[in-house]
Order: sequence, then structure tokens, then C-alpha cells
Amino acid sequence: MLEAFLTSAITMATPILLAALGELLVEESGVINIGIEGAMLAGAFVALAIAYFSGSIALGLAGAIAAGVAINAIFAMLVVNLAVNQVVTGTAVSILALGLTGVFYRKLFGVTGKAFMVAPIAKIPLGPLARIPLLGPVLFNHNGLVYFTFILVPALWYVIARTRYGLRLRACGERPEAADALGLGVIAIRWQALIVSGALTGLAGAFLTLAYANTFVENISAGRGFVALSVVIVGRWNSWGLAAASVLFGAAMALQFGLQALGTVVPYQLFLALPYALTLVVLAGFGGQAAAPSALGEPYRRQ
Amino acid sequence: MLSSIAKPFAALALAAALISIVLAALGASPVGVFAALGEGAFGSWYACVDTIVKSTPLVFTGLAVSLAFSGALWNIGADGQLTVGAIAAGAIGPHLGNFPHAIAVAIILAAGVLGGAVWGGVAGWLRARRDVNEVISTIMLNFVAVQALSWVVHGPLMEPSHAYPTSSPIARAAQLEFYFAPSRINLGMILAVVLAAACYLLLFRTGAGFELRAMGRNRRAATFFAVRIPALTFWVMALSGALAGLGGAVQISAISHRLYEKLSPGWGFEAIAVALVARLNPLGIIPAAILFGALDNGSQAMQRTQGISPELVQVIQGLVILIILAFDTPAWRGLRENIFGAPHDAAAVPPVAEMPDA
Repeated sequence: MLEAFLTSAITMATPILLAALGELLVEESGVINIGIEGAMLAGAFVALAIAYFSGSIALGLAGAIAAGVAINAIFAMLVVNLAVNQVVTGTAVSILALGLTGVFYRKLFGVTGKAFMVAPIAKIPLGPLARIPLLGPVLFNHNGLVYFTFILVPALWYVIARTRYGLRLRACGERPEAADALGLGVIAIRWQALIVSGALTGLAGAFLTLAYANTFVENISAGRGFVALSVVIVGRWNSWGLAAASVLFGAAMALQFGLQALGTVVPYQLFLALPYALTLVVLAGFGGQAAAPSALGEPYRRQ
Repeated sequence: MLSSIAKPFAALALAAALISIVLAALGASPVGVFAALGEGAFGSWYACVDTIVKSTPLVFTGLAVSLAFSGALWNIGADGQLTVGAIAAGAIGPHLGNFPHAIAVAIILAAGVLGGAVWGGVAGWLRARRDVNEVISTIMLNFVAVQALSWVVHGPLMEPSHAYPTSSPIARAAQLEFYFAPSRINLGMILAVVLAAACYLLLFRTGAGFELRAMGRNRRAATFFAVRIPALTFWVMALSGALAGLGGAVQISAISHRLYEKLSPGWGFEAIAVALVARLNPLGIIPAAILFGALDNGSQAMQRTQGISPELVQVIQGLVILIILAFDTPAWRGLRENIFGAPHDAAAVPPVAEMPDA
């Protein structure tokens, strides 16, 4: 029971964390992308469609990366190059992706209501580690995407906090004018962050269809892109914090499924609302955006 | 003036062109699809009336968004505010049986206003007093509202037989009737039109409206006009929420008569497209809302005859917003100024293209 719950929590946390790590990069560069949901949906749909018709999970994952990058490229073109409002653009990108995936899903798979299943991504037990009681099955018996996601946590922390590139990235998010004056290329760095984020978010979407649901339904992401947004806030723009927040929210989701099955008096909606409510509390409590990059959300134009 | 009307039309035309490409990719005939959309939306008297009915919530949420955006307050939460307004209306509605019709309707609509104002006001207060970005808070409040609605229709407000996840129907006295029977046109749309005019006057003919627009153009500069930014922020967000909440109450009172899960199909997000097509002008909200209401309404017929799923409407919404944003960007303006000299008219929607200083 506990083992199943914890395993499920890690599984639920993975796509959220993957997308949140991408958003962290983007926000460190000074851009806020509230269209994560759009790239995630696009990744989820393309991954399933390609994996279903080609029979290859690897091609599906590659397609998901391409789809996420394509969505973020549209966003980057408008937000980075044309310096338009990031919030409205992000919303529009989400709506657009929701519409496109819905229309193409009905077209490709018809309206038969038949489920289009694919075989799940294989799990890779990590040798003797997977045989540790409780910890083994919970932590070391997952598919490759889960390991990849959690290895990204220290990797991204190192890149952002300890490397020259990370310093440049943060300079673009804190003082874009100064970064530009130093010749750091604000536009290029923000594009890079958005491209990497698009790839990670597309993979997060692929996780939903190829590893979790093994099929696609309209709006399969069901707000996970926005949970990723709150993960960045609750995790205080630190990749370790992001991991902790993702696991917490993943556990809330896993618990919610359990409660719904058990039919307890505790309304399961409470757990579904938890990420969002907690984000509000954290924001109100910490007095706004103290930990956020100073130039977050401000378009940068050369004067 | 001319360009402020021409631009949305040019954006719609470009969106139609892009949609045609998507449709061609789907193997459908663009002409057939657009004809089916038009036929479904305006093909008969009943279709026209249905279009008006489907447009009504969009006028309320569109006004809510345009007021907030005019002050550069990015209210992404009209959906949640509408939902909370609807919950308030749906909760009080069944208990109004003993009131005269006019009083009962006034009470149920007031409940919606209050519910929406609270939801918007929370975001406004967080922005004004705790420096919390209203974008994030309104997004989070949307999801909290959706879960709250799901909870009340499964829990405290569930209809007595507990067979369906809906609330009890509101009392007859509290139902906005079809005063123009047999059509389904009700007081809701008339109220929406009156409110659009009121919002126009508020925005362009009052001191508060001037302060709001000044805040939208430049938050810092507005302080030099003695604009009390925190108070204005709170009240605008509360008012914006109230408008959306009223839309929710009208929907309950006139159309659905009860609460159910996923009450809003995304009216609060569609409202952003509505507000941008209207270039944030409250009077423009009405035709813009009817345009998108018509698309919603026509999409059913399109699905029947052309086999394209109604999600196509969301593709159109997303494209229209992106294209208008791209048209309005100050980056182009700078380019144009370099080539043709100073602009003859300021853009009608300055704040949408620019995130103001936090």
C-alpha cells in the first residue's frame, strides 16, 4: 500500500518536474512562459501518434521533443524577438495547442471512442538497488524518463549556480540591459532557454501518453503545465526545491486517486486544489516575488 | 481610428488564411467549413438566437478582461471568477422561491457579482498589498474555483437524490425568463449591452477611467498624477471579477438553472481573444463576443456536416490572439517609425504589447 502510493507519487511527480525544470531555465533568463500546458499537450499528442503508427517509442519521444520545441519557437518568436506580452502570448499558445491537438486527434483516430493504446515505455530496474526493500521499487524501478528527470535536478542546479553559462543566463533575467551591454546576447540566451524548455516540456507530455496513460485523450495534461508553474514558485527557483515541490504535488495527486477509490469523507478535490492553493499561500506569505528573477516577464528591447 | 478597426479585421483575415492551411492539412475544404460555420451560426432565426445566447457570457468575461487589461492588470482569471459567481448564484438560487420575481432575480445576480468580486478582489489585494503577480494568482484561483465547483456539486450542494453531480435547480422566481418568447433571448444579453455602455463611460468619461488607463500605460508615471495604485489595483480587479461573476450568475439564472462540473467551457480564456479583437474597447466587446459566440455555435453544425471537431474554434482563438499581438508589437512600431517617421496615432492597446514595471 505505502509502496504503491510512493511509487505512484514519483510517477506523478516526473512530468511536472520535467516541465518545471524547463520553466526554471526560461524564468532564470527573464521570460515567464504560462503556455507550458500547450507544449506539453503537443508533446503528448505527437508522441502517441508517432509511436502508434510507427511502433517505435524512440521515434515518439523524438517527435515529442520536436513538437515541444516547435510550440516554444512560436512563443519565442513573439516574446523574444517581437517583445510582445508574455502572459497573453502564453495563454494563446495554450489555447492554440489545445485546439490543434483536439482537431488532429479526432481526425487521426476518428470519433469511434476506441482507445488507441501503445505499449508503455519499459521499466529499467537498477540492478541490486531495485531489490532494496521499499526504497528499491519506489525509487529504482522506473522507466528511463524518470531517471533522466531526477538526474537533471543536480545537473541543472550545477549549470545555473556554478557555471559561466548559468551566470549569463541569470544576468539576462536580472538585468537584461547590463547583460546586453556586456555583449551576452540576451535574445540568443532567451531563445536557447526556450528551446531546451520546449524539448523538456515535450518529453513531459510524452511521459503522459507513452508511460502513464498509454493513450491520448483531449486535454490529457489536465493543468499539469500550470502545476509546473507553481512548482517553480513553491520551489523558490531552485532545482532542489523544484524536485521537493514536484514530489509533494505528485503525492497529493496519488493520494487523491486513492481517496477517490476509497470514497472517504475527505473531498478528493481538496488534494487536486492543493498545488494551486499552496502556491497562493507561499506567494502571499513570502511577500511576492522576492526569489524570482528581477526582470521576469519584462520584454527586452534594445533602445 | 481607421487602423484601430482595420487591424482586427486584417488579423481575422490572416487567421482565416492560416486556418485554411490547417483545414487543407486535415483534408477538409476551407470554403465548406467556413460556410458550415456561418450556416450553423446565422442560418436560421433559431441559430441566430442561439448565437446571441452563446455570446452572452463572452460579453461579461470580455468586459472583465478588457477593464483589467486597460490598467495593465493581466487578469487570466475570468474563468474562475465566473465560476465562483455561478457557485454563489447556484447556492442561493434554490432558496428564493418565496420572493417576487424581480427581487429573486436581483438577489441571484447580486450573489454572482459578490462571488466574482471576492475572487477577483483576492488577486487584486495580493497584487496591491503583497506584490503577488496577478497572472500567477488568477491562474491558481482558476483551478481552485474549478475544484470548488466539483466539490460543491458532489458534496454540500448536490441535488437531494444524490444521483447526479449537479445542484438542485434554482427557484422559478429566480430564473431570467425568455421575455421574447418563443426565442431564447433573455434579459442577460440586454444587461450585457447596458454594462458594456457603462464600462465605456467608466473607462473613457470618468476620472477613475483616466487613472486606470494611465496606470495601464505606465504604472510609475501614473503615480505622478496622484493615482493611488494599490487602491485602484484592488478595485479594478474586484470590478473585473464582479463582471465575470455576474456572467456566471446570468448563465445559471437564464440558461442552466443549476450547477454542474465544468460549467464554463473556457469563457474566461476565450474572453482574452474577445477583448483583443475589441482592442479593449467595451463597446467593441459586443460585436467581438458575438463573433466568437457565432464560432462556438457554428462549430456544432461544422462537426455534423464537415467532420471537423469543434476544437477548431480554439485554434481560431489562439491564432487570432497571436496575430493581433504580432500586429501590435512595439517592435514593428519602432521599425515603422524608423522608416516612415513618427506614428500618426498611438496604438489603441498599448499595455497589451508591454508588460509594465512590476
